This record gives sequence, structure tokens and C-alpha cells, in this order.
Amino acid sequence: MRKIWSIAKREFSTYLDSLVAYILLVVFVGITGIFTWISFTDVFFTNIASMEPFFGISYWVLFLFIPALTMRMLAEEKRTGTLEVLLTRAVTDWQVVFGKFLGAMILILVALAFSLPWYLSIAYLGPVDHGAIIAGYVGLILMSAMYISIGIFTSSFTDNQIVAFLTALVIGIFFHWIFELVSNIGKGVWKEFFYFLSTKTHIDSMTRGVFDARDLVFFLSITVFGLYMAEVQLAKRNIADA
Amino acid sequence: MDISVKSLSKNYGTQKAVDNISFEVKTGEIVGFLGPNGAGKTTTMKMITAYMSPSSGTVKVGDYDVNEDAETIKPLIGYLPENNPLYLEMPVLEYLSFVADIQGVKKTDIPSRVRLVVDSCGLNREKHKKIQELSKGYRQRVGLAQALIHDPDILVLDEPTTGLDPNQIVEIRNLIRKIGKEKTVLLSTHILPEVEATCDRILIIKDGKIVADGTAQSLKNRSRAKYTFKVMIKGEGNIASELRSLEGVIGVEYLPNEPEKAIITAEEDLPFRERIFNYCVEKGHLLLEMTPEIQSLEDIFRDLTLN
Ligand SMILES: Nc1ncnc2c1ncn2[C@@H]1O[C@H](COP(=O)(O)OP(=O)(O)OP(=O)(O)O)[C@@H](O)[C@H]1O
Ligand SMILES: [Mg+2]
Repeated sequence: MRKIWSIAKREFSTYLDSLVAYILLVVFVGITGIFTWISFTDVFFTNIASMEPFFGISYWVLFLFIPALTMRMLAEEKRTGTLEVLLTRAVTDWQVVFGKFLGAMILILVALAFSLPWYLSIAYLGPVDHGAIIAGYVGLILMSAMYISIGIFTSSFTDNQIVAFLTALVIGIFFHWIFELVSNIGKGVWKEFFYFLSTKTHIDSMTRGVFDARDLVFFLSITVFGLYMAEVQLAKRNIADA
Repeated sequence: MDISVKSLSKNYGTQKAVDNISFEVKTGEIVGFLGPNGAGKTTTMKMITAYMSPSSGTVKVGDYDVNEDAETIKPLIGYLPENNPLYLEMPVLEYLSFVADIQGVKKTDIPSRVRLVVDSCGLNREKHKKIQELSKGYRQRVGLAQALIHDPDILVLDEPTTGLDPNQIVEIRNLIRKIGKEKTVLLSTHILPEVEATCDRILIIKDGKIVADGTAQSLKNRSRAKYTFKVMIKGEGNIASELRSLEGVIGVEYLPNEPEKAIITAEEDLPFRERIFNYCVEKGHLLLEMTPEIQSLEDIFRDLTLN
């Protein structure tokens, strides 16, 4: 556990060193702030305080930002050769993958923590459904975990960051948007199937304050699967003739 | 703790980078791993350090098999990979603590271990800088320091002294010698005098196969090209080709800075000197100089790895 933590800490501090962290914070807090402010004006007309605009925009900002956080993680270490140093130390491939996952996760948690003032100001202005907001935050955290894991996976099979970034976006957009479209035009079982695979389905149900085991299963299984695939990809160096 | 390599092979596609090699490195022994570029040294080291698995064959460290017990073996090995990859954006001290951490050094021991390797690798002056601000030689020292940080029983160093200045080479050599007294060290290098100065034994690999294994002395004795002479002959005709056709000659060479002198390697000593003398008398040449040269490791290396 201590080794996972050291790896996570190192990843997190490279974010701080490379300004990536600050850019994320400024952009995330800024954009969500603007959208939340616009909805403030609504509060005075409708008298209903809502965090929905915040969740709606976070849904996209996180989706676009996370591949930029993860693209470097394995690709760059492969390119420079530091991966060889890392993997020949007393750590398992899994500890490396999970440590990196945790490093990105911490940055997302920090970013989300910086958005708490918006929540507090909304709550100050009008009556809010605290349960739904907490559930919404949990949803964003789970969604981030899923996209981080996809990003680490795409970073594991190339030594080019840009390729890692783009493939993460392409894989991500299916869950994020395309499956939803397919579900809208689909019929019967297929409709259900793609409805379940769409990230939107699960985020929406959570921001409505509904805790459903299926949402948890969706996010966690993709997260675990992505990390597992990244580990498999690392282990491929062991296969003869690779 | 010994390293024992048995029938080890590694294929890259159809290329056999390492082809059925076997050797041992015993505790307290420093073994120099030599060979021309692309011979398979780095590939072998990657397999010993559990970075890549072999296509076939086994590597054992102590009683553990690298294939099966990689996680047991990794903490026992200190490895400096070729090209010395480092996290350039990290400060030296932070990097060394990080490596100590993931090598499982006890939390309370980390500061003292870091201080020790910083000292022994001569990093004191630069220890607060970021690695990217260091010169190549200092980066190399950081690479060595991270390999030593957890006081490993086994050291695998892929070209450890490239980029070091002459003073530091001597210091690192002494350090490796000192470490090598109790530990098992395998190091690759292209600097042959270094091997003679540091290593107890030499392994020479060529095209993935071991072509020599022994002490520097035993290799010298075994080598066919035992005797080298520098001769200066004055006369008419094509002396070089006549020299080449003498019995027992292995090679004749002219150095650019002394074009009038031939360097001849031969299988025998005294009988060959007589032959040269007789040849000159027969042709009416003047023999102006004949100096026996000491057979160097370079000659042996070339003899074993060329053609
Ligand atoms: N990842 C790889 N994919 C394909 N071939 C490789 C790979 N790595 C090494 N090789 C090949 O394997 C052979 C052995 O390479 P290796 O790096 O082990 O040589 P070396 O003895 O360390 O050489 P040098 O003295 O130049 O460092 C070379 O022919 C090289 O081209
Ligand atoms: Mg090499």
C-alpha cells in the first residue's frame, strides 16, 4: 500500500510541477462557475435552487480533461525508458497501474473540492436537495474513475501521448454520448442494452438522488476492467517475440 | 547470492538476440560483460532483472527463478538500465527517496540510505538540483545511486561509467570493487581497461552467444593471437603482402600515425622473430626495428569478436 501511495504521490506532484493541475483547476472551477452563476439568476425567478447546470457542465469538462491527465502516464514513461526502472523495482505491475490511477483520482478530487463554494452559494440562495447533490458528486467521482481507467489503458499501448489522448477520447465518446444516441433510436433489448452502457443514464439517475446498485456496477466494472487491461498490456513485454 | 543463467534465449521476431547462453556469477565476484554493439548484453540484463521474460531457459537468483518469483527477486537486485532513464523533473533527493520507497526500504532508514549513496556517488554538490539540470555525468551518478539505494545483494549495471570524467571513473570503479567484495556484480562496458581494473572475470558475448568466459589472464592465454610485434623494415617490393604470407602470421596492420611500421600478430614468439629476420635477410631488406608488444585485452576482444 505504501508503494502504491508513493507512486500516486509522485504522479500528483508531476501535475503540480507541470502546471496541468492549475490549468485543470482554473478551467474546471471557472467554467462550472460561469454556468452556476447563470443559473443563479434563475433562482430569483423560479425560487428553486438547483445544481443541475453544474453537473451538466462538469459532465463534459471532466470527460474532455481526463484524457489529458492520463495520456502521459504510461506512454511517456515508455518513451523515456523510466518504465523499465519502475517495473524492475520491488513493485508489481498492478501497484504501478493502481498508483497512477490514484494519482489522477486525487487531482480530480481536489478539483471537485474547489467547486464546493458553488454548492454552498446555491444552498445559501435557496432550498436544495442535499441528498441529490451528494449523489451527484459521487456520480462525478465514479465517472472520473472510469475515464481515468480508460485513459490509463490507452496510455499503456503506445509510447505517443497524443495517440493515447485521442484513443481515450474516442473510446470515451461512445460511453459518453454515442451509446445514448444509439439507445434513442434503438428498439427492444438493444435500446435497453445501450441505455445501460451510456454514462449519461447513470449520471442522470445519480444527480436525481437515486442510488442504484446498477450505477455502481456500471462505473466500477469499467474502471476495474480498464485498469486490468492496462496491466495486461504492461505484462505483454514478458511475452516472447513481443 | 549467485546469479545462474541456464540455456537462456530471447527472440525478437525471427532474430535471436540471445541464443542459448549459460553462465554463473558467484557472490563476491565482479563479472564484466563484454561484446560488440548488438551482441545481446542489454537483452540478457533485462531478463536477469525480471523486466522481460526469456523465450526459453532460466535465470536463477539464489534459489529463486526469475520467471516464477520475480517479486521475491526484484528487491534483491539493483539495476542500472542502459541509457539511464530518469524522472528529469524530480529533484535528486526526492527521486532517491522515491526509489527507496518503492524498493521497500524501511521508512526510518530512508534518510540515512539517501545520504550514504549521495556521498558514495559524489552527488553532494548537486543534490538539491532537478535531475534535468544536471550534466550527463551527474545524471549517471544519480542512476548509480538509485541502483544502490536499497543495498542490494545483486548489482546489474549496464554501462555504468559512460559519461563519467576520469576522476569519477576511478571513484566509481573503487566503489564497485568495494561493493563487489560481498555482493554479486554483473556489469557491461565497452571500456576494456576498466574491465581489467575492476572485474574478476570476463564474459564475452557475440551474436547472442558466449564466446569467452574466464579471467583476463586465462583469456590471454587462450587467445590465438598471442604475440604482437612492431617491426620496421626498409626494402623494395610489397612488404605488407609478403609479411602476410609468412607462416604463423595472423594479421598485419599499419597505424596511420606510423605508416612505416607494421603491427604483426603471430601465433608464436621466438620462432616467429627468427622467421622475420630470415625473411629480411633473404630479400635483402633492412630490419630496423622489432619490438614485442604486450598483448592487450583489446586484441583478445577483437580476435574473439571479429569475423
Ligand atoms: N525491443 C527490441 N525489438 C527488436 N529487436 C531488439 C530489441 N531490443 C534489442 N533488439 C535487438 O537485439 C540485439 C541485441 O541487442 P542488445 O541491446 O541486447 O545489444 P547490446 O549487446 O546491449 O549492444 P550495445 O553494446 O550496443 O548496447 C540487437 O540486434 C538489437 O537490434
Ligand atoms: Mg546494450
